[in-house]
Formats: sequence, C-alpha cells, structure tokens
Amino acid sequence: MSDVAGSAVGAVAPVAVHSVFRPWWPGVASTAVWAVAAAVTGLLPDHGRAPAGQPLVECEVVIAILSALSVLIGQAGWFAPLAYHGRRIAVLGGAVAVWEIVTAKTGWLPLPFFPSPQAVLDVYRVDSGRLAQSVFSSLLILVPGFLLGAVTGFLAGLAMGWSPEARYWGNPVIRLLGPLPPIAWLPVALFVFPTISTASIFLIALATAFPVAVLTASGVTLVDSRLYDVGRTLGASEGFLIRTIVIPATLPHVFVGLFMGLGASFIVLIVAEMLGAKAGLGWYLQWAQGWAAYANLYAALAVMSVLFSGVTMALFAVRRRALRWNRETVEW
Amino acid sequence: MVTASVASATSAGGLAGASVQVRAVSHAFGDAGQALPVLDDVTFDVPAGETVALLGPSGCGKSTLLRLIAGLSAPQAGRIGVDQVRVVGPDPSRLLVFQDPLLLPWRTVEANVAYGLEARKIGDGQERVRQALRMVGLAAFAAAYPHELSGGMAQRAAFARVLVNHPRVLLLDEPFGKLDSLTRMTMQEELLALARRHAFTTILVTHDVEEALLLATRVLVFSPRPARIILDVDNGLPFPRLRDDPAFIARRREILIALGHGEEFAR
Ligand SMILES: Nc1ncnc2c1ncn2[C@@H]1O[C@H](COP(=O)(O)OP(=O)(O)OP(=O)(O)O)[C@@H](O)[C@H]1O
Ligand SMILES: [Mg+2]
Repeated sequence: MSDVAGSAVGAVAPVAVHSVFRPWWPGVASTAVWAVAAAVTGLLPDHGRAPAGQPLVECEVVIAILSALSVLIGQAGWFAPLAYHGRRIAVLGGAVAVWEIVTAKTGWLPLPFFPSPQAVLDVYRVDSGRLAQSVFSSLLILVPGFLLGAVTGFLAGLAMGWSPEARYWGNPVIRLLGPLPPIAWLPVALFVFPTISTASIFLIALATAFPVAVLTASGVTLVDSRLYDVGRTLGASEGFLIRTIVIPATLPHVFVGLFMGLGASFIVLIVAEMLGAKAGLGWYLQWAQGWAAYANLYAALAVMSVLFSGVTMALFAVRRRALRWNRETVEW
Repeated sequence: MVTASVASATSAGGLAGASVQVRAVSHAFGDAGQALPVLDDVTFDVPAGETVALLGPSGCGKSTLLRLIAGLSAPQAGRIGVDQVRVVGPDPSRLLVFQDPLLLPWRTVEANVAYGLEARKIGDGQERVRQALRMVGLAAFAAAYPHELSGGMAQRAAFARVLVNHPRVLLLDEPFGKLDSLTRMTMQEELLALARRHAFTTILVTHDVEEALLLATRVLVFSPRPARIILDVDNGLPFPRLRDDPAFIARRREILIALGHGEEFAR
C-alpha cells in the first residue's frame, strides 16, 4: 500500500517541479490598476476645493492588496465564483481613476453636478441612516403593492383564460385601461386613498396586475388541450384540472408578466415618491436635487440600482425553483 | 422476468373487462355547411375481455373513434355503450393511451403515473404506482421529469399512468408506434399477459398488420375517410402465435389487400 503511495508521489513530483508558479493574470492587472488609482487619488494634487481623499485612497489600497493576494490563489477552485469577475474588477479600478482625474484632480467636469468619487463615498459615511430609512420605506410600498398586484392579476388572468364569461367582461377593461400608464392615475389615487403610501401601493398593484393578468390569460389559452383530455379521462374534476394542469402550464407566462410588472412597479414607485412622498428613495432623489447635493443623488442612484437588481434576482430565484421541470428556463 | 412483474402487478386485483357496443356511429368535423365526414355508420361489438384491433389508412378516423368510445366527445349519430350502458362522458374505467405520451411536464414520472389515483383521491397508491413503473421498466426513472426521458420511455410512462388505474376497457392509439422493435415486442407480450390476467377489454388502433394479428381476437379494417368497416377478420389463432404460421400469413395477405397493398407486399 505504502509502496503504491510512494511511487505515486514519485511520479507526480517531476511534474510539480516542471510546472513553476503561474500567476493569475486578471489579479495582476487588477493589482496594477487599483495601485495606479490609489496613486492618482493620493499623490496628485487636488484641483480647487475637493474633500480630502483619504478614505478613498484607503479603499483603493485595500482592493489593490486583495488583488495582489488573488494572484496567488486565483487558480484555486473555491475562488472561481469571484475569479469570474476578476477582469471586471480591474476595469472598475480604471474607471474610478479616470473619474477621480476628471473631477477632483482637474475639474474638467464642473461642480456641483459631477462630484468626485470621494464625495460620493462620503455620502455613505455621513448619510447612511437616511439612505437606509429611504430604502426601508420604499420597500414598504413596493413589496405589498407588488404582491397584491401579482395575486389579483394572476386570479383575474386565470378567470379570463378559463371562463368565457370572465373573458367577455375582462377584455374591454384590459383593452381600454391596460395601455394607460399606471402613474397617470396618481392624481385620482391621491384623493381616493387616505395617504400617499396607500395610493402608491394601489398604483404599484395596478402596474403589476395588468401585465400579469394579460400573460396569465394568454398562457391559459395556450395550454395543450389534449392534456385536459388526459386529465378528464383519468377522473379529474374541473378544480383538479385547474390546480394540476392549468396553473403549472401557465406559470412560465405568469413569470414573464411578473417580470414586466416589476419593471413598471419600479417606475411607479420612484415617480410617486418624487411627486408626493416624504420618504423613500424617490423622495431622497428629489430632496438631494433640491439642495444641489449631487453626490447624494449619485449615491442614492447606486443604492437604487443594487436594490432593484436584487429584487429582480429574487424574483428569478423564485422562478427557477418553481420551474425546475422546465428545460428552457432562461437565466437573468 | 416479464411474467413475474405482471403477476405482482395484477395481484392488486381489479374488475374484469366490460363489453363495448358501437352502433351505427357517424361523426363529422366542421360546420354543417362544409362538414368533414370522418366516421360513416360504424357498427361493431367487442365482447368483454376480448382484444379488437382497428386498422386503416392514416387520417381515416381511428383516433376519432377511440375518443368517442372514451367519452371525450359525443358521436353525432348512433350510440356507444359499455356493458349496454350508454357512454355520456369520460370515466376512469375506460382509459385511453394517446398517440403521443402527453405526460405532464411539471410532474415527475412517478407523479404522472399517480395522477389518476390522486384525482380520484385513492390514497395509498404508492405501491400500485411502483408496480406499474416496474412493469414498464421505468422503476429507476420514478423521480425523473418527462423531458429527461426518451420518446419510447415517455410512451411507456403513459402506459403505466393508465394501467395503474385498473381500467376495464383499454383504448390504445398506436401505443407502440414510437418504440424500437425489441421494446415493442416486450410491450406486446406484456400487454397480452396483462389482458389475459386482468381480462380487460382492449381496442387497439395500429398501423402494423402483424401487431394486430399477434394481439387481437378480431381485426377490423377501415376504408379511407370517412371510415367504414371494409373487412372484419375473426382471428381465433391459438397462442403463442407464430408469424410464419400459414393461417397467419393468409390473414395478413387478406388484410393488406383490403388496405390496397395487394400488389407489392401481400405475396
Ligand atoms: N378536432 C378536430 N377538428 C377537425 N378535424 C379533425 C379533428 N380531429 C380530427 N380531425 C380530422 O378527422 C380526420 C380523422 O382524424 P383521426 O385523428 O381520427 O385519424 P386517424 O385515423 O387516427 O389517423 P392516424 O392514423 O394518422 O392517426 C382527419 O382528417 C383529421 O383532419
Ligand atoms: Mg390517430
């Protein structure tokens, strides 16, 4: 046994000697780029009055050091998920350096509209409480509105797809009111509902319900009718058919509707908050603009993009679970 | 091996076959203005427990006839009965294996097979499902989704989905058409053994003259659309049936001539 192990080591050893250390090149590039970014930020003189760049330099140095470490471990299997983004991280460093040069170092882009990266970074230090509060109150409107719209849209679409009577009454509503941008109802919603939050929730539900209803209804009509024959011969009642055939067959379409509804919901959310609310990310944008606090504006936009992208990814994770059986599941 | 699995599958018991009456059935598709006649005055009886094969050119109306017997639609003229009781709708005692597998893609193979038991709230069906899957050789694929099966495996799963319900009348629409010839032979033997043990009545649509003569006690040959019975062969050959038996060859020739292939193949 030990004999075999020994010979195996002996066979492997020359190969190990032969293959000298191979650096992970994206890590090398990232190290170089972020080091340059740190040098630009820390060593070049500032143009005019710019906030002290110390924290930004620290961030850049940390990223450069981590990149340097990754040169050693970049090939490791467990590092693969992060390694995938290696070249993107390197290019990001270049973008930060250029941004720093055209704002803080030369002033080519005018203040206050184009703050330096340091100024944006400072917002997260100084104003994170208000930003977190805004995210929270936006979610408090987005989530209930979206869920309410998803459920009503799904049920309405199911009814319209299954029952000719429901289709008769539902079609004109969808035809006439569907093309209206949901946000156009804001003035009406504002006096019908007691608060701006409930009005916004209603508008988001509306924005979600329409596409979900339309796609659910068309999904129901696309179900292969021979599957109903199979179900009926095997003894399925109408309710059982709906539960076991109509709904699962329609789900891929429902998720397309949900995806469209989510996009419309983001628009409604931000516009409603900009126009009437006292809290939320839309309100934060409006407030930042009012005070010419453009760094806050960009900081909030970045938060918004991460938030909305996260919500969309969550929807796709649900979809992936629900449609495991579907071989044509598209990733986002 | 085959007979052992069949024996275990049938030990769960079940009702014997029912007789089927098809009386002066005519059917057409489309509006009254431009109707497409499909069945023209078709009459035959199937005694309980017998196997009748239906042969006919493509598009003549064989699948339509099976749908009518299954109760999925009503004939425009004539009547269809099972044990002398008029058929008014689908019923799990009369089950149809469709030309395509038509598995539910969101259910695993096992859950597809269990569908009928679940629909009728027959609890404790797991053992029956397992037996049915073993019988069609899909025990190892119980947890697979339909898109992971080959065409032949999917058709066998569809077979299991029907057999698990112990039907009294089995309507088969070219059930072996998509199988390779070896699997097809195995399935034909399985079907024979099953039909004998369960004594269910079988109406088998097929394109394959030999298959009809191997399995059926009677073979009906249809004309091109609209389908009429143009030949009724009483096929009382003893089992096991041999393809080179002179009586077998004579019947095959007779049927091929009726189907219009007398010149090339019937010799
Ligand atoms: N739902 C329907 N609506 C209109 N026409 C139909 C319908 N179903 C079948 N037909 C027509 O009826 C005729 C018979 O169809 P059927 O499916 O019964 O043929 P078949 O004998 O089973 O053919 P094959 O052997 O090719 O399966 C065909 O001409 C077909 O076009
Ligand atoms: Mg057919």
